[in-house]
Amino acid sequence: MSNYNLTHLDELENESIFILREVFAQFEHPCILFSGGKDSIVVTHLAKKAFHPAKIPFPLVHIDTGHNFPETIVFRDQIVSDLDVSLIVGMVQESINSGRSKEERGKNASRNALQTNTLLDTIELHHFDACVGGARRDEEKARAKERFFSHRDQFGQWDPKNQRPELWNIFNGKHHDGEHFRVFPLSNWTEIDVWQYILGEKIQIPSLYFAHERKVIRRNDTWLPLSEYIQLDEKEVPLQKKVRFRTLGDITITGGYESDADTLEKIVNEVATARQTERGNRADDKRSETSMEDRKKEGYF
Amino acid sequence: MNAYLNMELLRFTTAGSVDDGKSTLIGRLLFDTKSIFEDQLNQVKKSSDRKGLANPDLSLFTDGLKDERDQGITIDVAYRYFSTPKRKFIIADTPGHIQYTRNMITGASTANCALILIDARHGVVEQTCRHAIIASLLQIPHLIVCVNKMDLVNYQEDTFQKTKKDFERFSSKLDVTDIRFIPISALIGDNVTKRSEKMAWYEGSTLLYCLENLHIRSDHNHIDCRFPVQTVIRPKTKAYHDFRGYAGRIAGGVFKPGDEITILPSGFTSKIKTIDTLDGPLNEAFAPMSVTIQLTDDVDVSRGDMLVRSNNQADLNQDIEIMMCWLHNQEPNPKAKYIIRHTTSEAKAIIKNVRYKLDVNTLHRNIENLNIGMNDLARIQLRTTKPLLTDSYRKNRTTGSIILIDENTYETVAAGMII
Repeated sequence: MSNYNLTHLDELENESIFILREVFAQFEHPCILFSGGKDSIVVTHLAKKAFHPAKIPFPLVHIDTGHNFPETIVFRDQIVSDLDVSLIVGMVQESINSGRSKEERGKNASRNALQTNTLLDTIELHHFDACVGGARRDEEKARAKERFFSHRDQFGQWDPKNQRPELWNIFNGKHHDGEHFRVFPLSNWTEIDVWQYILGEKIQIPSLYFAHERKVIRRNDTWLPLSEYIQLDEKEVPLQKKVRFRTLGDITITGGYESDADTLEKIVNEVATARQTERGNRADDKRSETSMEDRKKEGYF
Repeated sequence: MNAYLNMELLRFTTAGSVDDGKSTLIGRLLFDTKSIFEDQLNQVKKSSDRKGLANPDLSLFTDGLKDERDQGITIDVAYRYFSTPKRKFIIADTPGHIQYTRNMITGASTANCALILIDARHGVVEQTCRHAIIASLLQIPHLIVCVNKMDLVNYQEDTFQKTKKDFERFSSKLDVTDIRFIPISALIGDNVTKRSEKMAWYEGSTLLYCLENLHIRSDHNHIDCRFPVQTVIRPKTKAYHDFRGYAGRIAGGVFKPGDEITILPSGFTSKIKTIDTLDGPLNEAFAPMSVTIQLTDDVDVSRGDMLVRSNNQADLNQDIEIMMCWLHNQEPNPKAKYIIRHTTSEAKAIIKNVRYKLDVNTLHRNIENLNIGMNDLARIQLRTTKPLLTDSYRKNRTTGSIILIDENTYETVAAGMII
């Protein structure tokens, strides 16, 4: 747009780049929490823009539940090699092996909540003082209260009632030893903003986001992908369906839905007219009304 | 199909006293612009049923943390999003209680526009004045006064006109030029996104139309060139061996390659060689763009420095007069040194003088009691350990604002607008 005016996507991009550069300037050991999902991919893309022509000055950190979509891992390794950045993987399996975390039992068991321990241990091990994440305020009511620079105490806890006020574009990342910050450059982006931006910037995303044929079962009102990590009961019969995923978590909790959207244009249209929230297909958020708030307070993403 | 490529961004804040219907208004805006998803609606319907309500309670859409739901109040600033084909909107939803002035200031600090809610039955009350004064102090360019609950006063024009007159009488003391008044009922939906049939006497536009059409292109300063340097980019790779770029976000003015610039505080001059981005070099860059600037000369520039046009420089200042809002429950210590953050630079500061305390309900200047507590506004003089490159807040909200940080706890304890 002319007349010294920016479009909403330009303005969001400029804000996020500013945040990422503040992270670089204010912290000693920052990292990007990279899940292989669209939001962390967009954060990584913005980091590339923020420091061009230099390399992204942060390692990517992946907290790996071991229950992955194989496509996610292939994609992750490709991006790491394209960007020439280092990758640090925190394995939930190791936290289980060491007795630090305990595997859930039962039909809907997942390793989602177990990520918190592994994440906090990885942060401590590498002395990370800032972890950049792709969380957005429009995703969930607890996230609507997040700051751009969100303080975590020595136990990795978030205290939503005692957050530092954040005024103008001045960010206070001061912290004591052992404390860290979670930084959310996409705070002001919505789901549709992210998709429009991916389309506009031609950003590569995992094939899982596009409609594809897959073996799935019907559980909790969603199409759950068949995998070796999922226990079927007698009544559950795998079916072949054309599905796509609107968010990506690990394979045991990420529900897909039937769709024909196999191009970015079609996805943008689909999201623009969607009548359900994107996390509606995520088993991790359905456990209780405050499950995100509770997990966040303990140090979850 | 690509309509979103022409959308603008408008940030607004909402202020109202408890029970003025602020949450209902936000819920109404979200609902009427179809920004509520079915699963969210179902959740709210369920909660409303449980309370025995006939219609879904729109205010529940903005429910947040567990404590807030339990107590039915808003504790902290929450951000909400919705869009229309014309604009994307960011709402800073701030609590109205007296003890939360700091949250209102936080929400107001980035807003282009403030919505002030008034309960038509009560008219202008003390809290209305406080909200308007804060909006004025924070230099929010546009103010929309929503006289809400018109359904409870039989949609009478007299009530609306009286409230409007009362507000105007009081607001003549304020530093706000664009004030609009809209009679609404957030509960019923009158004049929020649709024109009300019950208020034929009102000839103005609906709230949504107003939000979609406010002139926001002049809200950034495009005259006084200010580029606070965030960090220096030196790739040291073969392809970019000699690249030395200054990364930052333009705080004011328009920069072009070839421009003569001065680096502050050193005073060295140079020229802009290129303005770089990943998408290629730019012919010009303006606020609030994030760019990387290369200069023609090899001069020493680092974080906290500022590039300005040689004939229009920022003030170099160690004694800084500010209007301060104290944000912390621990009072300021007269002997304490605070960390001061201003754009990308940092120094230490002491509170040298408290000139007066401002009564945020009346604008009265109190010089008898100069004790400052949480949520107080005061005119103070700071002395900093090194000169800062400042503008008045009126001239530039970015180069005219500061925060103070406690040296020991690292908490943000105060926010200040440079006079």
